[in-house]
Amino acid sequence: MTANPELGRPDAARGTRTAARRERSGFLGLTGRDAGLLLLVIVLTMAAPVLLNPFPATSSLAQFNAGYPDLMQRFVIFGIFAIGFNILFGLTGYLSFGHAAFLGAGSFAGVWMFKLLGMNVLLAIGASMAVAALFSLMVGYVSLRRSGIYFSILTLAFAQMSFALAYSVLTPITGGETGLQLALNDPRILGESVTASGNIPLPSLFGLEMRTTELVTFRIEGLGVWAFPFNVGYYFCAAVMIVAFYVSIRIFRSPFGMMLRAVKSNQQRLNYTGVSSRPYTLAAFVISGVYAGLAGGLLVSMDPLAGAERMQWTASGEVVLMTILGGAGTLIGPVLGAGLIKYFENIFSKINKGVLEGWFSVFPDGLSDVLVTIVYPFVGKGWHLTLGIVFMLVVIFLPGGLVEGGQRLGRVFRRSDRKGLGVEAPAADTRAKAEE
Amino acid sequence: MGILEVKNVSKRFGGLQALGDVNLSVAENTVHAIIGPNGAGKSTLLNCLVGKLIPDTGSVMFDGQSVLGRKPHEINQMGISRVFQTPEIFGDLSVLENVMIPCFAHRDGAFALNAWSAVRRQTGVREQAEAILEDMNMTSARDIHAAALSRGDKRRLEMAMCLVQEPRLLLLDEPTAGMARADTNNTIDLLREIKEKRDITMCIIEHDMHVVFSLAERITVLAQGTPLVEDVPEAIKGHPKVQEAYLGQPAEEAA
Repeated sequence: MTANPELGRPDAARGTRTAARRERSGFLGLTGRDAGLLLLVIVLTMAAPVLLNPFPATSSLAQFNAGYPDLMQRFVIFGIFAIGFNILFGLTGYLSFGHAAFLGAGSFAGVWMFKLLGMNVLLAIGASMAVAALFSLMVGYVSLRRSGIYFSILTLAFAQMSFALAYSVLTPITGGETGLQLALNDPRILGESVTASGNIPLPSLFGLEMRTTELVTFRIEGLGVWAFPFNVGYYFCAAVMIVAFYVSIRIFRSPFGMMLRAVKSNQQRLNYTGVSSRPYTLAAFVISGVYAGLAGGLLVSMDPLAGAERMQWTASGEVVLMTILGGAGTLIGPVLGAGLIKYFENIFSKINKGVLEGWFSVFPDGLSDVLVTIVYPFVGKGWHLTLGIVFMLVVIFLPGGLVEGGQRLGRVFRRSDRKGLGVEAPAADTRAKAEE
Repeated sequence: MGILEVKNVSKRFGGLQALGDVNLSVAENTVHAIIGPNGAGKSTLLNCLVGKLIPDTGSVMFDGQSVLGRKPHEINQMGISRVFQTPEIFGDLSVLENVMIPCFAHRDGAFALNAWSAVRRQTGVREQAEAILEDMNMTSARDIHAAALSRGDKRRLEMAMCLVQEPRLLLLDEPTAGMARADTNNTIDLLREIKEKRDITMCIIEHDMHVVFSLAERITVLAQGTPLVEDVPEAIKGHPKVQEAYLGQPAEEAA
């Protein structure tokens, strides 16, 4: 990766380089480095159906292919969720443990739009964002009276309360234990209740069904057949994520974003500088709540079904993991973290005993059994163990997440041709010191 | 009538009378020092001025308006800036960004949802911030992390952050506490320079007699929560009451 997604850690080298760039007008109002990052995200998301299917569909490695529509949609949807969470946590340092509540509320709002108005996904997404905004305004207004661990506990309490309510007394709105589903007798006043063939209509964008998939196959003689699914729903979600990512870059680089970083750095100084920090944190909270609602709306647009478990604390914890794993406070980090966790959840978890036995069958029987026994706890249902180990290693050795890992690698490669300048190393030293 | 008028202010923490009936008047464009032994109530008084504490009785008027009951950011917006005992800066931000934040606060008020325009396009604020750094001889440190500055430079940066807002009153809480002699002298020179260049009122709470007598035009001596005397430095030096309560020894040695 050539673009450096680092943010909020100014160094001497960046100052002089951006000074030269500032004169040129950037792409969509972004500086060179940010524009590069945005372009990278655009290219990666657009090419994902190909990039995520590196193994022939017929080979035994095909189970590592992550390029099927359902999973690709999850990559970008949870990417949006994490990008939004990062605006709150990465910039202000307020660690919310209740963001899944906004995702859940957005999901329910989306399904209700499908039930009441029609199957256009834009309706669902609009409603999801609006409901999440109101809900997060309420929760944020109360929770932001406290900071630190008390704030986290308050958000957790709100989310668990929402989950419990959605599971029990709010059953008429949320579907309770069975979840909220579409039915043939839903009104759908802007569309049709039942299709001509007697089915429930599918979510669509002005008639373009989200489920539509074009499967392109590609054959290389002697190697196998590659299958690349191009799914409408995925490209819709990807386009939304690109917009969401662009908006987050703009927020990061704005005076508002700078104030949010100041909240994290020294709230006392900020208050004595004439700035009221609460409206800033509340705005950040609502913005990240709207991102969560958007993610919830997209989830139900891909699969019009919402259950209360979407609001549970484990779902809130997951987005925290994604953000920290990728690199809190960096632009691209949350997207990477979301991708990694969803990959583990969907791919690693599918490696069962039979698959392992297949891999190790080349070894003699006894050895093969031993290897299967050793590896088995880490894969299949044990994928959480591997994820936990990865998370620990990242937090201990790469506090800046995967992004920091990328930067360190980049620095190793660049060191040789930068020796003459001698700017990078001292800057890195000061940064390292400051981080301690 | 001074720019800052403190009348009959008292503050009690449980059984401790931290401030009892304090009266203080700070005249515009002067350097006013508040001195006193440990526990005299200097910091309590300062915290009452900036909205961190609310006094039990009395009034604090700044430029004819009461500051009591206002939040710290509102009091800052009235034109009072504060320098802390240990420099309070934004350690995770660059030096330039540290100075830009007070500029934004000065321009946009306590809150502005300015989330779409890029910081680098705010040329007005940028120039203002760069000018104050130039003024404080900190231009070379512009792009480094504020946390990486030396303690003296952090103090200098904090002053820059206060001064860029063009406050009418600058409150300094022991600006040289814990500093080596050389740093103390640098700070004195810096404050003198600020005083000469700008129309500004300064109120300094200080322990170090050297600093006080080098800078102050008027001195108030606090002891056990009440003001003992208020006078010009020359008079304070030889004042018997001050020697007894605060210095406890001949003035020549203490100064």
